[in-house]
Amino acid sequence: MNETFDILTNASLWAAVLRIATPLIFGVLGALLCERAGVLNLGIEGIMTMGAMAGWLAVYWGAGLWTGLLIAALVGLILGLLHALLTVVLGLSQHVSGLGITLFGSSLAYYLYRLWVQVGDLPPTIQPFQPLKIPGLSSLPFFGEAVFSQSAPTYLALALVGVTAWVLNRTPLGLALRMCGENPHAVEAQGLNPIAIRIGAVMVGSGLMALGGAFLTMAAFNSFFPTMVQGRGWICIALVIFASWRPGKALLGALLFALFDAFQLRLQTSVSGVPYQLFLMAPYVLSIVALILVARRARVPEALMQPYRRGER
Amino acid sequence: MTEIILELTGITKRFGPLVANDDISLHLKKGEILALLGENGAGKTTLMNILFGHYASDSGEVRVNGHTLPSGQPRAAIAAGVGMVHQHFTLAANLTVTDNIVIGSESLWRMDSHRKAATARIRALSQTFGLPVDPTARIGDLSVGERQRVEILKALYRDASILILDEPTAVLAAPEAEQLFRILRGMTAGGLSIIFISHKLHEVMAASDRVTVLRGGRVVAERRTPQTSPAELAELMVGRSVTRPKRAVHAIGAPVLIARGLSVAEGQGKTLTDVDFEVHQGEILGIVGVSGNGQATLGRVLSGLARPAAGSLTLEGRDISRLTPRQAISLGMGRVPEDRNAEGAVGDLSVWENAVLERLRDPAFSSRGFVRRSAARAHAAELIRRFDIRGAAPDTRTRLLSGGNMQKLILGRNLAARPRFLLANQPTRGLDEGAIAAVHADLLAARAAGAAILLISEDLDEAVGLSDRIQAIVKGRLSEPVTADEADARTLGLMMAGVWEVRDAV
Repeated sequence: MNETFDILTNASLWAAVLRIATPLIFGVLGALLCERAGVLNLGIEGIMTMGAMAGWLAVYWGAGLWTGLLIAALVGLILGLLHALLTVVLGLSQHVSGLGITLFGSSLAYYLYRLWVQVGDLPPTIQPFQPLKIPGLSSLPFFGEAVFSQSAPTYLALALVGVTAWVLNRTPLGLALRMCGENPHAVEAQGLNPIAIRIGAVMVGSGLMALGGAFLTMAAFNSFFPTMVQGRGWICIALVIFASWRPGKALLGALLFALFDAFQLRLQTSVSGVPYQLFLMAPYVLSIVALILVARRARVPEALMQPYRRGER
Repeated sequence: MTEIILELTGITKRFGPLVANDDISLHLKKGEILALLGENGAGKTTLMNILFGHYASDSGEVRVNGHTLPSGQPRAAIAAGVGMVHQHFTLAANLTVTDNIVIGSESLWRMDSHRKAATARIRALSQTFGLPVDPTARIGDLSVGERQRVEILKALYRDASILILDEPTAVLAAPEAEQLFRILRGMTAGGLSIIFISHKLHEVMAASDRVTVLRGGRVVAERRTPQTSPAELAELMVGRSVTRPKRAVHAIGAPVLIARGLSVAEGQGKTLTDVDFEVHQGEILGIVGVSGNGQATLGRVLSGLARPAAGSLTLEGRDISRLTPRQAISLGMGRVPEDRNAEGAVGDLSVWENAVLERLRDPAFSSRGFVRRSAARAHAAELIRRFDIRGAAPDTRTRLLSGGNMQKLILGRNLAARPRFLLANQPTRGLDEGAIAAVHADLLAARAAGAAILLISEDLDEAVGLSDRIQAIVKGRLSEPVTADEADARTLGLMMAGVWEVRDAV
């Protein structure tokens, strides 16, 4: 018990939690935007992988880190547009399109990487984002190390939680987006274009997903592996439900999952005699349990996964 | 002469081979209530959807205050002051009243929404026009009447000067409907002009200044309301004088279906307790009662979807207390279910598929596991002809049929199999006069052909007009039967109030 307490009160654990949570925060916000507008985006794994590759490659070819992030986001927007064309404009199955984009994005990322990058014994690396100590705040006890010594994209992710919540709940655009996910016919009846709003939401959401992927290659690590997203996208899809489609709760869910993950990493080294695979499994098992406990009360957007076609009776 | 605020000229709209609107012209004057009268499928809703920009017309023009509206743009219609209240509300149940009203009224690129001002304005509007509703309530928590008020407020919030209401009373109880028309009358005094769509003659007579009658996608007449009569309007709407057919006297045969001491427990409001009835050959037995007294359960037992807990149920002497739907079909028991969309027909399948769906085991329609499509299509075409199912071809998607025509399909499918017993559960709910008359005629024809028919109905006129004998259902119990000739309004009223139970107890 003492050991557990020591781990939990260690600032380096909480610093790791925020680091691990960052790609999840980007991803879950992206998935949440898509779903609030009524579109399930299972392309998230592929989009994150493409984002990870594109951002890294841009920097590898000499671009600045922020330019790299921008390029990753652009790649996400393009894949989002593809998903939107298939599901919103053509009204095809959101599941099939999403899974297709995941397979396509993951494979394309690896293909382009192999095409354009010479891989020796060790994968090539870039100089990633470094911890950015916030002047003053970073010298606070505990919080200084845990919260205020993160890399810049982590601060960006945290800021985006607030921005997303504000846009969704306080702006006319956010209301229109939510209405698209509840009843697109009502949007049309009020003179707005639900198709355009849904396309926009899916594109921006996919851009955020791609940023989550880019964080992996540009801050968490410094090189690209084809399997590096490792199911984080699927976790994000589950977290959206866990969060009842609310940005604040999504942040909470991402942090919770990251806590499980960071904690099990430390348990692996401090507890012997238990196969480490059990610890690896723990965050996922706990996520499922949390999902069962929370999600049964969740209020699903009513028009989620319902394609909208104009003038149909 | 008051000014003309809205004018439609030469509107034509086709859906595939179906001409929904054929060269329609009409106008609306300022401060007037115009009723758009027509049967289901006459093209009323299509016309209003064109006016509002939901559909683009194939030809024709919409002019508001002399300016032509671009076709197919709701935004332009709203900007010109047209507001529409759809029959099926376009509201988001998870969002608040204010959310539902203000959406689309502000620029999408504002960084903040003026919620306080919006809420205040909604309160003011709802006071001015007598439309009480709480702006902060969630739509899902509101009653149907309140939701309709929200729909009207949506239009008023956008400064509508022309209000279109599509079958506004379809979802309302009678007192709510009266209140609505009082409110609408008040609005015209404030300068609004109103079009409402209806197929109910009494409300058209009571609430409108002028009536435009549509039939088969064309304008067939226009009358000033004080100068017409319900009888004239009915004839114009249907195209001939309609009277519901009356039952002819004929000999009743042997009992076909007998229930003795039947009890079913399916939960609250869904029980039958110790129920006795028998339906004879060539007889219609009417079961009347206020909805929710066990009619649904009775229907489910006779369709093989619920099992009685006690009592006996026999068809021509054979025990059917453990009936399955498949058995019901093979025993010649026809069923017209209460909810035609959910249970009666599969909307996304074609008419011919629905026509043979429950007879796929019949060798006439399948052989060696394959559907005999041409035979099935021919059968569907025969049903369409015999039962006058309009707007349908064998390959039409069933969803596209109007309620009345879908009901004719379901009834026809059953009657074509010459059933020995037919369950008709609320067979004319939501249908217009023409369709009701057609369904009644079909039921009476089946009676004349010797079918034993159990009619479950809330409509007393219907029950009295068709039934040979009538029993009332109250809280899962059935009254003793009375013959239709004894059944005056007072007797039936007492029966439906459950008064016979008291007498039994004494």
